[in-house]
Formats: sequence, structure tokens, C-alpha cells
Amino acid sequence: MMKNSCLLLSLLLLGVLTSPAYAEIEQYHLVIKNHQFTPDNLVVPAGKKVKIVVENQDSSPEEFESHDLDREKIITGNSKASIYVGPLETGSYTFFGEFNPKTAKGTLTVE
Amino acid sequence: MLSTALIVFREVLEAALIVGILLTATEGVATRGRWISFGLGAGLIGACIIAVFAEAIAEASEGMGQEIFNAGVLFAATAMLAWHNLWMARHGRELATRMKTVGQGVGENSRPLYMLSIVIALAVLREGSEVVLFTYGIAAAGTGTLPMLGGGLLGIAFGTGVGAALYFGLLRIPTRYLFTATAWLIVLLAAGMASQASAYLIQAGVLHALKPVLWDTSMILSEHSLLGEMLHTLVGYDDRPSAMQFLVYIASIIIVGAMTLAASKPVTLRAAGTTAVIVVSVVVTLSLISIPAHAAQQTYCCSTVDRVETKSM
Repeated sequence: MMKNSCLLLSLLLLGVLTSPAYAEIEQYHLVIKNHQFTPDNLVVPAGKKVKIVVENQDSSPEEFESHDLDREKIITGNSKASIYVGPLETGSYTFFGEFNPKTAKGTLTVE
Repeated sequence: MLSTALIVFREVLEAALIVGILLTATEGVATRGRWISFGLGAGLIGACIIAVFAEAIAEASEGMGQEIFNAGVLFAATAMLAWHNLWMARHGRELATRMKTVGQGVGENSRPLYMLSIVIALAVLREGSEVVLFTYGIAAAGTGTLPMLGGGLLGIAFGTGVGAALYFGLLRIPTRYLFTATAWLIVLLAAGMASQASAYLIQAGVLHALKPVLWDTSMILSEHSLLGEMLHTLVGYDDRPSAMQFLVYIASIIIVGAMTLAASKPVTLRAAGTTAVIVVSVVVTLSLISIPAHAAQQTYCCSTVDRVETKSM
């Protein structure tokens, strides 16, 4: 039992230590219209957790998907959805609309 | 038509693989057809209901309802699989003996198959609702119902085909090892689901990622290739998992694995209990730590866009 408690305590401590304090979360906006993303290149800072608000102005649903970011989220027609990403390393991350992959394409530039 | 076929195939594949494993796990049970059809039917109806309420779900929990819902569905399925294995660990041996002596057809009363029904219903509901929303989008665009229907059927046919191939492949395992093999496949399936659920909670900002990308094997095997996608469903393969996802995966294997072994060794059951308590405490603590992030967000933020919005209102 003692051993278990020690293990538990050290794991909790590990959790506290590895948790960075999020002072604030910045928001960035993306718009889907006519099955296209605007802007098609979104620039966000590196090393920070950010919130991307995607507004779907089309009447049909879309799925925001990114293999690079490991994110997927359905955004119903004429509605908004928020997606948290990061903290990310610098680089370029592609995303697309799974329901209209030919037209709905974009990149997230992290710098 | 081909794009519809592809998207439907990918959604159907996941559910079909799960059904394939569960069919193998219930080999020899006379009533399984009824239970599995019931799961499929309930899942399909559920998928339509979820699709109708997609917007309401999405808006719940401050816009994170979809992630919370998906995580809930996946955790529920994990729990059902774990429970099934625990039950099988207790009663599996007599079932196997009876199957060997009587041959096919273990009695109707012997197994609570509703647990597997629920797992199938949950899998179909989750994947199916995406298909419904997608096809609704195409229908709304008015690009022709016939190609869409054709594509959809093609996707369903191929997806089911892969599931069937898995089932018949697994049946080649000798009867003696069959239940042991399927039990461990279910352990991996459950662990993959739990890890995916934690990924949704991370996406929602509820759970801490610890480290967003623990490793990147997308160059070796993309999670979105056919093999990658199958492994994703079957064993929870992720080409860019977060540290938290990995932790949840390993913890689930230990917990569900211990439950699978529980019948023969009572000690393992206690060990599983202790591990469960520890793991749950760690995860809860880590989630609590990430909550201040939300609080801070409300008071401090926001970016210029939000200020503009506030002014214009």
C-alpha cells in the first residue's frame, strides 16, 4: 500500500511539473465559404496552445480535418466550431475539409 | 461517386472490423445473429438521430460537445469490452469445454451478449452519423442522388468485405485458442478506443496532452493509409500520438488485460483495481490542472477578432 501511495504521489507530482501554465489562449479565425478556407494560410505562434475558431458559412456540413495536427471536427452548416491545437513546433501543417477535399484546403504556418 | 465511395468505405471499415472481431468472439453462440443485428439496427437509428442533433451536440459544453460526446461513446464501448472480457474470463473455460464436446451451438442462455450489442451500436452510431452528415451535404448541393447512392453502396460493400475477410481469417485459429485470441484482440481494441477517447478530450482542451507528439511514424506507416486505418481500429495505431494518449493506451492494456486474466488469478484482479485507482487519479489530476487554462482564457483573452465582435454587438 505504501509503495502504491508513493507511486501515486510521484505521478501526481510529475503531472504538476509537466503542466505548463496557460496564461492566455489566443484565438484565430478561419472561414469556410463555397467549400474553401479563408485565409488558406493561417499563421500562429510556435510553442503556444491556440484556439482556432472555424466558421462554416456554407449551408452544408464540413469536417475540418488535419492529419498533421491530428484533429477532426464536424462543423454543421452555418455554424462555428472551436479547435484547440498546440503547443506546436515551427513548421507547416496542412488541413482540409474532408467532405470537400478537392476545394477545401489550407495550411497552418507555425512560426 | 468515387469520393462518396471512399468516405463511406472509411467509416464503414471501422465498424465492420469491430463487428468482425465480435463475431469471432461469439463463434458458436446460437443467438448471436439476433444480438449483432440488434446492435447494427440500433446503431443505424442512433446515427440518424445523432446527425439530426449534430448542431445541438456541437454547441454543448461551450462548443466542445462533439469531442465530449465522441469521448463518452468511446469510453462506454471500452467499458463494455472490458466487462465482456471479465465475464468471459469467469465463464469462458466451461464454454470452450462445452464447445469442444457438444461441437457448435452453445446454449442460448449462457452469455450476456447485450454488452457486445451495445459496442456494435456505439461503433455504428459514431461512424454512421458522419456518413449521414456527409451524404446530407452532397444531397443539399444537389449533385445527383444516383451517383451518391451508388458510391455509398460501393463503400458499404467494400467495408463489409474487409470485415468479413477479418472474420473468416480469424476463424482459422484452432478452436482451442480461439477465445484466448479474441479476448486479447478485444483488449487491444478496447485500449485503442480509450486512447482515441483521450485524444478527443485533448482536442476539447479538457485533458492535458503532456506532450502533443510523442513520436511521428507517419512517414513509415500513415494512419490514413488502408493498413494504417485498419491498425488504428484494431490495435489503436496512431502515427502521431500524444504522451497522454500513450499513457491511457498502456494503462488500458494493463487494466483490461488484468481483467481478462482475472478468473484464474484473484491476485491480478486486486492488482487491476489498484492500477485502475492510480491511473484514474493521475488522469483526473492532470485534467484538473488543465482547467485553469479555461478560466484564464475567459478573463484574460482575447485576440483582436473577439474584441471586434464584442463591439459590433
